[in-house]
Amino acid sequence: MFADSILDPAGPVALAQRGMLFDAVGLMLIVVAPVFILTPLIAWRYRARNTAARYSPDWENSRPIEIAIWLVPGAIVVLLWGVVWSRTHQLDPYRPIAASQPPLVVQAVGLDWQWLFIYPTENIASLNRLVFPAGRPLTVELTTDTVMNAFSIPALGGQIYAMPGMRAELNLLADAPGIFVGRNTQFSGDGFPDQTFPDIASTEADFESFLQEAKSSPATLDSATYAAVSKPTETPAQQLFAPVEPGLFAAIIAKYGPTSPGAPGDGARAMNRSPRRRRHVR
Amino acid sequence: MFGELSLDALPLYSPIAAAGAGFIVLGGLVVVALITWLRAWRYLWSEWLTSVDHKRIGIMYVTLALVMLLRGFVDALMMRVQQATALNTQGYLAPDHFEQIFSSHGTIMIFFMAMPFLIGLMNFVVPLQIGARDVAFPLLNAIGLWLTAAGAALVMVSVVIGTFSTGGCSGYPPYTELGYSPGVGVDYWIMALAISGIGSTVSGINFIVTIYKLRAPGMKLMDMPLFCWTSLCTSLLIIFALPPLTVAVTMLALDRYLGMHFFTADGGGNLMNYANLFWLFGHPEVYILVLPAFGVFSEVIPTFSRKRLFGYTVLVYATMSIAVLSFMVWLHHFFTMGASADVNAFFGVTTMLIAVPTGVKVYDWMLAMFRGRLTFATPMLWSIAFITFVIGGMTGVILAIPPVDFVFHNTLFLIAHFHNMLIPGSLFGFFAGYTFWFPKAFGFPLDEKWGRRAVAFWVSGFYLAFMPLYVLGFLGMPRRTAYYDDPAWQAYLIVAACGALFILCGLASQVIQLVVSIRHRHRTTDFAGDPWDGRSLEWTTSSPPPEYNFAVQPVVHSRDAFTAMKAEGTAYRPPGVYEPIEMPRNSITGLAIGAASFVFGFAVVWHIWWLALLGLVAIIGTIIARSFATTTNKLISSAEIEARERLWLVTVAEEREVVLQ
Repeated sequence: MFADSILDPAGPVALAQRGMLFDAVGLMLIVVAPVFILTPLIAWRYRARNTAARYSPDWENSRPIEIAIWLVPGAIVVLLWGVVWSRTHQLDPYRPIAASQPPLVVQAVGLDWQWLFIYPTENIASLNRLVFPAGRPLTVELTTDTVMNAFSIPALGGQIYAMPGMRAELNLLADAPGIFVGRNTQFSGDGFPDQTFPDIASTEADFESFLQEAKSSPATLDSATYAAVSKPTETPAQQLFAPVEPGLFAAIIAKYGPTSPGAPGDGARAMNRSPRRRRHVR
Repeated sequence: MFGELSLDALPLYSPIAAAGAGFIVLGGLVVVALITWLRAWRYLWSEWLTSVDHKRIGIMYVTLALVMLLRGFVDALMMRVQQATALNTQGYLAPDHFEQIFSSHGTIMIFFMAMPFLIGLMNFVVPLQIGARDVAFPLLNAIGLWLTAAGAALVMVSVVIGTFSTGGCSGYPPYTELGYSPGVGVDYWIMALAISGIGSTVSGINFIVTIYKLRAPGMKLMDMPLFCWTSLCTSLLIIFALPPLTVAVTMLALDRYLGMHFFTADGGGNLMNYANLFWLFGHPEVYILVLPAFGVFSEVIPTFSRKRLFGYTVLVYATMSIAVLSFMVWLHHFFTMGASADVNAFFGVTTMLIAVPTGVKVYDWMLAMFRGRLTFATPMLWSIAFITFVIGGMTGVILAIPPVDFVFHNTLFLIAHFHNMLIPGSLFGFFAGYTFWFPKAFGFPLDEKWGRRAVAFWVSGFYLAFMPLYVLGFLGMPRRTAYYDDPAWQAYLIVAACGALFILCGLASQVIQLVVSIRHRHRTTDFAGDPWDGRSLEWTTSSPPPEYNFAVQPVVHSRDAFTAMKAEGTAYRPPGVYEPIEMPRNSITGLAIGAASFVFGFAVVWHIWWLALLGLVAIIGTIIARSFATTTNKLISSAEIEARERLWLVTVAEEREVVLQ
């Protein structure tokens, strides 16, 4: 029932996220559960008709109770802080996942309303289908050639915005072969609900045959074919391309001008670039 | 001559949109016909439309809010029906129409339902609670009302002439830039927000000055009822938070109208700046909406527990810390934008911090009931239903954990979360306030039986409508999805649609409640004005209060001023002599500025430049004309006051005698 969700994690990132979710809920129930239990009890016990209950119309404060109701949620939040600080760093989407193999790099381009995946090292591209080997880290570099998108594969954990003229990054890993749903979650226009793609974690052998299939594809991807592919469509179809014009991903980002933060060739993340660094890039 | 306006602007693109437009036009015509038939135009004009009385303005704000609540709810119902049926089909709504509906639902519910509702309650209650005769700037108050109404009117007109924005209530560029949204929809959205935003800002200024300067003699800040404190915090938040919004939408307008590049994807624009500006407003806005409701709970719970409020000082400090912290958390709305782990973790931590004072408040209200003598009138039932808010608080802390937010962001989990904050948190509080102060405003109470039914339907409807959305968030369903192909989602969406029908029954109960109460008003009249054994100053005067509120300004020595007066036997003591009272005269200025702003906004949307100029000149001209008015105040004679006060005191004496026997 909860396939393709954080409750059925298919990789270490989603697993860790689920762990955090459970920890946080457990801790918060310490404060939340008493509210649901005590409110009806108090309301019943001190109903006006129950004259046996104690009535203190002027009772308005109690130092020990006040200290307790500040300290307990305060302590829980301090506990959560520690967890949040360390896990946010561990699970930073930009952080490469430690593994014996180097990550597979895929450059994803959000379009109206489809996804283009460029495999720069393998020199192929795939439209609306992401195939990668299970057990090997996956680095998705992200941009769009339209409005803001958000790239999400819930079963593997997480999403990150893809923005025109900027490059974002998401590191994921699938433990075992499987097919998951990936999609854009940021509303982007009429065809938005169709902007989904099968996300296939394959065996090494299947990945090899996927590469072979792509390389034998008659279609190539250069500026001209890209212009046709990137036209808005509400019926996204799957297609493979090989070879791919070198630097296409950088060119898509560069289209929006060199002054955009996270400009081509710059690995720095969108929001943290100091002006000094930007000048250096220019 | 008419800019871009032509017959193509009529909503003939879909029969459903045309029917909606027809319904709005018909509704407007019925209202006009009804007023004409009742020959109420003169009364409406002199007693309401030109009034600067804070009570009348408050009632008009709440009326606007209730009308817009119905409109926003129709949007919600249409979305629920669409999503419940749109498995493997496009559903009955075209994508473009569905997008307009989710955009107008969010815009209306936040800016034209919740904001007028809370400003209306503040308007009616705050001056009475602090023992003042009006707000500090009565005319500015009227201008604020009519600017808000002008914004609301623009949203309503967009249904009939043209289209509304499809960019959601947050209006993220570059989607809302000219290249991707070439129609008038985004322009309607911008003008509605900019105009009503100015209205809200002046209201905020007005209440801050009112609370600081017009308190009754002897009333220290720490003697104020808690609703005044939360109103003060909300007003402070309004004047700091609204400007970023006004600036953001104005910059977006400059992009669209003058080809600038503030937020475009190319030409050096940066859409991330918009996200920052919008949420720099957007997060404090959440507390603007919820703090006045917290204030209502802090008034209602002690009154119906017949007991002092527990932890007054703590509640004041908690409110103030929430107000300050609310400016330090905005980035949690876009953890997924790619900021570094340091930045994300910092804002995650500050967001969790804000949960502490909020949790303390909930416990304080529980302790306010502890060892009380509880009666369960409708306002109290709304206040107890508030505990549902705690679930939303918990899911809010979940979303404040950046790695977990990466999973739930943009899904229905987020939608469930903020509805869980705003319905039990804000709206139930506003309803509690509406039923609590209604007898004060009109001199007769709202019907209890239908009130209880409304609570029951709203609470059960809320759970049915939004708990499935949490599950759908786990299943990965993105927000703003017009149709889908995952069969696992449909069952939950059908349950949610049933929840919306329950809420429809709740709203119907409230409409019936109002009709029944008005019809029975002669039997239930309460001129004496203290139906709930109230604790603060608004209950020391008649219901409805006279224009001047208090014949003699009350002197306050402690919190719960009226309870103290009743205990000391100083309540209802007539003064030796009645002094004449100076009150502001009615003025057409507010209405004129509102109308001219509407014309200006409409003309700008359609590029009718001569009309826009005319509207602008009318706004400035009205202000200049007003500066020449010399007699802005009127004097209410002591004889008139004495006659009214004597009549009231006789009623009070009769009623108290009945009680004593």
